Amino acid sequence: MTATDHPTVPGAPIEVRGLTKTFGGVTAVQDLSFDVRPGRVTGFLGPNGSGKTTTLRVLLGLVAPTAGTATIGGRAYRDLTDPLRTVGAALEAASFHPGRTARNHLRIQAMADGIDLARVQQVLDAVGMSEYADRRVGGYSMGMRQRLGLAGALLGDPGVLVLDEPINGLDPEGIRWIRSFLRSLAAQGRTVIVSSHMLGEVQQSVDDVVIIANGVLVRSGTIADLEAENPPVVLVDAPDRDALARALQEAGLPFTFGSDGFRVATHDAALVGHAAFVAGVELRTLHRLSTGLEDTFIALTTRGAAA
Amino acid sequence: MTAFTQALRAEVAKVTTTRMWWVIAIVMVGYVVLMAGGLGAALGFAAGQDGGGLPPGVDLSSTIYSFATGIGYVFPVIVGALAVTGEFRHQTVTPTFLAVPRRGLALGAKFVVQCGLGALYGVLAFAASIGAGALALGLAGLETGLGTSAVWMLVARGVVAMALWSAIGVGLGALVRNQVAAIVIVLAFTQFLEPILRLVALLTPVTQAIGQFLPGAASDGLVGASFLAVGGMGGGGIAILDWWQGGLVLLAYAVLTTVGGYLTTWRKDVT
Repeated sequence: MTATDHPTVPGAPIEVRGLTKTFGGVTAVQDLSFDVRPGRVTGFLGPNGSGKTTTLRVLLGLVAPTAGTATIGGRAYRDLTDPLRTVGAALEAASFHPGRTARNHLRIQAMADGIDLARVQQVLDAVGMSEYADRRVGGYSMGMRQRLGLAGALLGDPGVLVLDEPINGLDPEGIRWIRSFLRSLAAQGRTVIVSSHMLGEVQQSVDDVVIIANGVLVRSGTIADLEAENPPVVLVDAPDRDALARALQEAGLPFTFGSDGFRVATHDAALVGHAAFVAGVELRTLHRLSTGLEDTFIALTTRGAAA
Repeated sequence: MTAFTQALRAEVAKVTTTRMWWVIAIVMVGYVVLMAGGLGAALGFAAGQDGGGLPPGVDLSSTIYSFATGIGYVFPVIVGALAVTGEFRHQTVTPTFLAVPRRGLALGAKFVVQCGLGALYGVLAFAASIGAGALALGLAGLETGLGTSAVWMLVARGVVAMALWSAIGVGLGALVRNQVAAIVIVLAFTQFLEPILRLVALLTPVTQAIGQFLPGAASDGLVGASFLAVGGMGGGGIAILDWWQGGLVLLAYAVLTTVGGYLTTWRKDVT
């Protein structure tokens, strides 16, 4: 399955409105509202236990909300006539019978929603699992289970994909693969929501973010906006700091000085290196700092937790 | 209706894609062969000694063949219960409800498919009891009854009983949800509690009238022959339901437990 197979798959928007869920006396999600748009990858972010999985399970009709609604294209999941062909979901607690093979698991899902059984081989190929498809799931690694979960989500070729922590347990190669895969799904016009407890994990693959903490929305918007609030910084240091400071001034690069060196407000380390080279300053350190996004994420979510 | 047909297909595939159904079937067949063959040989020997030591009105061959249900019924109950509790144990209830979000439909499909599996168990159990029992009777030179329609009617009713037992298992599984608890309840009730209750119920006419509505007693009524109804009780005189009454009582147990399970645990949040 490549992007060209589906030039456009119309995805439906997801709308969460005033969602509250309490388990016993414990509030898991409180008055949560956000939108997820088609054709984009949305990161649904928050620390562990912040209510992400509960929200997704309400969206999928597995958990009944205490108040509020969560709809897909304006309809509750339980009212969908062809659920798997409308929404594909892979949930964190990937739930498979250990004595059943991956292929049979997918066949059962396909049968239950009247999906052409030929799709089973297609999705197995799409996630690179054909080789293991006839082994019992009980012997699978975490990464293989994640891929099987994803295969199940793709089975009905749905316009909406709901993926709970899909990156957990994947090896670096698998992470790279899933990132580009998510992008291609959104490029086809699908709605893609991906939960994660780490912003950095999905930062490169998401367009929008919905951040929650303690069941409360703390931020929603584009990742670009969030990044704009946290300008990139290049860290540079030299044995002769005075010379370096002069070089930076001459090159017109604004900077601040910290204990570990100079923080230059640019995303381009080469520019800083060039300025030093021109001035003949020997450098000790020169690298781009990861943007402050992760710090902001932690600040946002701890603030939410305190609220 | 197509949504239900799809759910049925998926439920059949759930049964056939794991090993459990035939592992339990083998255990059941082995157990029934041992009991029916063993009792057939023992009674055949005894009958040969004094020209028939059975109470009047009791048909030896039917009694032996009814071991298929008389002792075999616990297996379809367990299989039916496992079909439901396994969904919770392995959390496959999540993909199940994602594919069939109308939960009543999912449970209904399971009920029907497990009835079918129970009927298959019935066929296998009677093949075992008749195979071993007829062999033992034949070797003792006794009538096997295989030429009579009465025996085959007994088999047909027994297959229905096994189907209903499987459905009761589904209902029990839906009520209890916990796999270990469900198995403990099945074994404690069928192997211990109900036999005692049925025995105690015989003490007075009133309790005897109530006792025939116990599920195992109703099942014996439906099948129309049972070693329990014969064993040591001196034969006639024990109140037992007509076959159709027994069938309805058993069906009522299946429906009530399943509807009860649906209302209590099946609709709960899946977290």
